[in-house]
Amino acid sequence: MVNDRVFGRRRIKEGVWLMSLELKGVSKVVNGQTHIFETDLVLEKGTMNVLLGPTLSGKTSLMRLMAGLDKPTTGKVFWEGNDVTDVKVQDRHVAMVYQQFINYPSMTVYDNIASPLKLLGKTKDEIDQAVRKSAELMQLSPMLDRKPLELSGGQQQRCALARALVKDAGLVLLDEPLANLDYKLREELRIEIPKIFEESGAIFVYATTEPEEALLLGGNTATLWEGRITQFGQTPVVYRQPVDATTARVFSDPPMNFLPVSKVGNRIMFGDGQSAPAAGAMQDLPDGRYQAGFRPNHVEILSHGDHSMEFHTKLMVTELTGSETFVHLDHHGEAWVGLIHGIHDLELGAPLKVYLDPSHVYIFSEDGDLVTPAAYALAA
Amino acid sequence: MADTTATASATLTKSRAAPRRRIKSSTIVMGLYLLFLMLPIYWLLNMSLKTNTEILNSFSLWPQNLTFDNYATILTDPAWYMGYVNSLIYVLLNTVISLAVALPAAYAFSRYTFLGDKHLFFWLLTNRMAPPAVFALPFFQLYSSVGLFDTHIAVALAHCLFNVPLAVWILEGFMRGVPKEIDETAYIDGYSFGKFFVKIFMPLISSGIGVAAFFCFMFSWVELLLSRTLTTVDAKPIAAIMTRTQGAAGIDWGVLAAAGVLTLVPGALVIYFVRNYIAKGFALGRV
Repeated sequence: MVNDRVFGRRRIKEGVWLMSLELKGVSKVVNGQTHIFETDLVLEKGTMNVLLGPTLSGKTSLMRLMAGLDKPTTGKVFWEGNDVTDVKVQDRHVAMVYQQFINYPSMTVYDNIASPLKLLGKTKDEIDQAVRKSAELMQLSPMLDRKPLELSGGQQQRCALARALVKDAGLVLLDEPLANLDYKLREELRIEIPKIFEESGAIFVYATTEPEEALLLGGNTATLWEGRITQFGQTPVVYRQPVDATTARVFSDPPMNFLPVSKVGNRIMFGDGQSAPAAGAMQDLPDGRYQAGFRPNHVEILSHGDHSMEFHTKLMVTELTGSETFVHLDHHGEAWVGLIHGIHDLELGAPLKVYLDPSHVYIFSEDGDLVTPAAYALAA
Repeated sequence: MADTTATASATLTKSRAAPRRRIKSSTIVMGLYLLFLMLPIYWLLNMSLKTNTEILNSFSLWPQNLTFDNYATILTDPAWYMGYVNSLIYVLLNTVISLAVALPAAYAFSRYTFLGDKHLFFWLLTNRMAPPAVFALPFFQLYSSVGLFDTHIAVALAHCLFNVPLAVWILEGFMRGVPKEIDETAYIDGYSFGKFFVKIFMPLISSGIGVAAFFCFMFSWVELLLSRTLTTVDAKPIAAIMTRTQGAAGIDWGVLAAAGVLTLVPGALVIYFVRNYIAKGFALGRV
């Protein structure tokens, strides 16, 4: 039913433009500090959009601008083609869930969920139906008469989510909604959120610091770094073909490893006497210095392909995570991290040979722009 | 073997006896403390139930001829009971005005940054540091010239001088404990500011409002200098009436004591209702 309405709205708007939320040249400066640099962004109806970036990268600032909680210093915000820059937050069609569990402590769960509907002037029956439906979806039905503070953290956040969803808002903003939950609850809710999203047909914006979460949610991802969107596109594409080293660093956990390389003729020299043939766009570029980047999960220590390059490193630290081992390596002064399958008994401080398949290597210019993505990423 | 057992049992008795003695000494200290604390109040109650003759001519630990005449005098004589009515009127007026002014002010201090906010906030508190006597003269002259002299509102307004800053400080502390995200969530849900403030925000800080109201009530209730200076007949507070009970027949001790007991009642009642939050209130909400 929800979908029908949204599609109906779409049909009316057909021929106009399907996009729904547009930021045009939006920036935010607070006390002389730039929180968001000039940004253009278009989010289309019925999409899941992940804002991925470390803390203080501007995710929340950007969300507040989208919601209308803050006014942009420059630029305009458009909703379905209409300028809503000066429209009060109460009159925008948005819902938001914070990292902290924000509910109205003096009201019961039922009243919490019902409050946005009451303010919209819905009838009692409509409200009751909608509240019970969304409580069902969020598994809150037995707790409707309780106060939010009597619930567990996960239930409190479900209550906040239910309140955001019941409103049937066109724009749903989720600001790290799972960050304060324990591991199991996170997993549960993380599976539920995309399901809810598919039912609603609204624009979802989901801020997170974790690359893994972005990949699980799918949809589109915008990577943020120091107040700028470095790349926006389909999540797998951003992951496989980051436009620059910053995006690659943000969208990789642990961060991508880098080492300086140089192109001489038709080969790329990696140091340690290792080299690989220049492939793809690399072939047409002038000789000179470049940066090579590779993800930690592509570091190998035992088995390796025929074309793999061999690097001599020193093992600094190992971390076991049950089925995987993180190895922190020192490669001539550069810190590398490798993520290796299985549990390995390695001697700390000892030299360790690691292998790297050239098809897993991204090449960036010295300024950090992507020159050619790894061959595996192009093939995928 | 027998020796060790004996020593062991001796130690056991000793260690058992020691805490019992300690409890006893603490009980004694507590008892003495309470005795000294309650003695004046008991003596007041004792006096209020005696006749003047008994008060002046004998020493008795409890009333020999129990009488409620003193209370009857106060509760039937308008010159007496109007003192309570007057006091209650201006105290309640003051509490309402102080809270009505302090709530928005405290909200502004807790939520917004504006030019000089920290200085203004501190300056508010310094108002409490000036003795009321300093303000008695200007208030007296000012109220006389605008025709507010000897009215309840005059005293209520004068007491705002020290109660509004106090209420702002207390409420600001409580408001700061409420995350700003609640405000924003309410706006996103569609609440207007007024609706949010009354329906969501005030229930959240209700204990703070209670504590602030209590402090306003208490300070206004016990303040004597301003209330006596600014009133003559119509709005004369009970405390001022109590200081002028010397008649032709000397001081009416019994009635005075009864008036004292009755004066304690409203404060005790109010304290009872906010007893769980007073400590937080004394810390100005910053616990």
